[in-house]
Amino acid sequence: MNGPGPVARARAGLPWPDLAAGLFVLALGGLAVWQALAIPVSPIYAQVGPKAVPFVVAGGLLLLGAGLVAQALRGGWSHELEEVRDAPPANRRAFALLLAGLGANLLLIVPLGFSLAATAQYVLVAAAFGSRRFLRDAAVALVLTLAAWFLFVELLGVNIGAGVLEGLVLRALGREPPA
Amino acid sequence: MTDPIAGLALGFGNALTLANLGWALLGCLLGTAVGVLPGIGPALTVALLLPITFKVGATGAFILFCGVYYGAMYGGSTTSILLNTPGESGSIITALEGAKMARNGRAGPALATAAIGSFVAGTVGTLGISFLGPLVVELALQLGPAEYFSLMALCFVTVSAVLGGSALRGLVSLFFGLLLGLVGIDLQTGQPRLTFGVPELLDGVNVVLVAVALFAVGETLYLAWRHVDAPQEVRPVGRVSMSRADLRRSAGPWLRGSLLGFPFGVLPAGGTEMPTMLSYYAERRLAGPEARAEFGKQGAIEGVAGPEAANNAAAAGVLVPMLTLGLPTSATAAIMLSAFQSYGISPGPLLFEQQAALVWTLIASLYVANVLLVALNLPLVGLWARILTIPRPLLYAGILVFATIGTYGISNSVTDLVLLYGLGLVAMGMRRFDFPTAPVVIGMILGPMAEQAMRQALTISQGDWSTFVTRPVSAAILAMAVLALAGPRLYAAFLSRRGGG
Repeated sequence: MNGPGPVARARAGLPWPDLAAGLFVLALGGLAVWQALAIPVSPIYAQVGPKAVPFVVAGGLLLLGAGLVAQALRGGWSHELEEVRDAPPANRRAFALLLAGLGANLLLIVPLGFSLAATAQYVLVAAAFGSRRFLRDAAVALVLTLAAWFLFVELLGVNIGAGVLEGLVLRALGREPPA
Repeated sequence: MTDPIAGLALGFGNALTLANLGWALLGCLLGTAVGVLPGIGPALTVALLLPITFKVGATGAFILFCGVYYGAMYGGSTTSILLNTPGESGSIITALEGAKMARNGRAGPALATAAIGSFVAGTVGTLGISFLGPLVVELALQLGPAEYFSLMALCFVTVSAVLGGSALRGLVSLFFGLLLGLVGIDLQTGQPRLTFGVPELLDGVNVVLVAVALFAVGETLYLAWRHVDAPQEVRPVGRVSMSRADLRRSAGPWLRGSLLGFPFGVLPAGGTEMPTMLSYYAERRLAGPEARAEFGKQGAIEGVAGPEAANNAAAAGVLVPMLTLGLPTSATAAIMLSAFQSYGISPGPLLFEQQAALVWTLIASLYVANVLLVALNLPLVGLWARILTIPRPLLYAGILVFATIGTYGISNSVTDLVLLYGLGLVAMGMRRFDFPTAPVVIGMILGPMAEQAMRQALTISQGDWSTFVTRPVSAAILAMAVLALAGPRLYAAFLSRRGGG
């Protein structure tokens, strides 16, 4: 153990983040147990039923979660991580902007289509990382998202419906947008 | 076909056709680019390219994937030398000495020794695959389901508990992956499992979605959370050449690094951290007094040449268990394995018999990729370094565009996107609390295969669980797994008892 001594640890109090991570894993284990119990009994005979492995995995998660909680109660592990010790303060503004970008995409992708939704997301994410040139970002985003759409649809053969913008571009190219 | 010479002759015949050369070149270009770009790696790239498996034949797709895989190893060193931010875990050690050399105006020789070292190691590693692969296949053909299950258990233990900061956190990642792998219809009995009654989950959780959440969304969220507005400094490349002295000092580390790295990749332990670190310490010890003084100060070329070779040789080695046993020991290998599944090809020892042309073309194309990559990287490294001048906000926003389209393309479903962003938040937490991500992907893809092997073994033994420990080979493999899990802790306890009295 090369963390701080017991005195320093007591002064720092309980490492709440580590405890929360442990409890999260425990909750995941609980969720897995609940879902394993919900698996219907198989009408087909099998030497090992469909429930066995889910129970093993759920049990493992509960045990491991308990282990993490125990570790957290003994002082946690975050203080041993260099990346956490040297980390700058949390940037709530950047994080909130990024989440806003993801949210905007979720809301817009069905009504407007991929390119416009992803453009909104792009501008917000770039702003999260400190960009102030919104017009440039929007212009870059329009080109990039359209290029990505054509790359995935035409070259990779992925079926992504044409939205407002994709439809316009396809018509400009003299093609009928797919339904 | 298990004769390497005949196999390679067949393979080169196929690999050198114009179409396959094109796939290799495309893969190498893409791979180098994503290797150079901080924040994306080969696992994410191969995951995003998976839809290509519906459009292109298996040979072309795997040549492309392997080009990306090898290319990312070359590109990663550029970033760690010029930016001092390693692009992937295997380049962390390269950054130690490489960034110091760059600061002292020796970026050129550092980049050159990394590229040539990667070529030497890649060639040694690929030779290893060609000649060791068939031997492993001969052994693997003797294994039954019980042995396979034990092998997979060993693989689980080594990728989660032996590597990384903590066995406990590694195992949590693994079990999280196993849990994700269980979601969907049970193949043997047709029962829905862990679907929460959501019909979208009956098909299981998509590999692409999980990989994108872990490697793109989680990473970007974490970077935003920790974001500081500060310009990043890219060191100038300078002239990419090596003096006679540089060459003399690099040659030994290249060979030693290659020979050290390859076995580590072949073992189910996987991972490139351990061999690169070992190579670094070995070279520091073996260096002459003059060079030793440069370590940690001006930057010693041995400390770039050795670890970089070890990194690439280990990366090549990972393909041996992947191709011969169907055991992936890195995230990228796991995603390639899922590509095999989407072609309906089951990787494993039979691959060399049933898909001889595919396997040997793939191996031959690895030699081709190596030659292409050293040609792309030595003279053109200045061009690749330009990629590093893309402003960070534009880069990260762009990564999320590809993450979104890759996931939305699976089934045009907003549910998938919600799942993607939710898993991304989990991945961000994993990053913050130092949970490794590779075991999640490996657990998710290998888990269902392990369950199937276990059930087959138990069906053969008529429900007798002792089959795993009474069959000698299976018992020996399981014993190794237990030893790998408990050994380090017993050893530590032994040391502390002796030290503490």
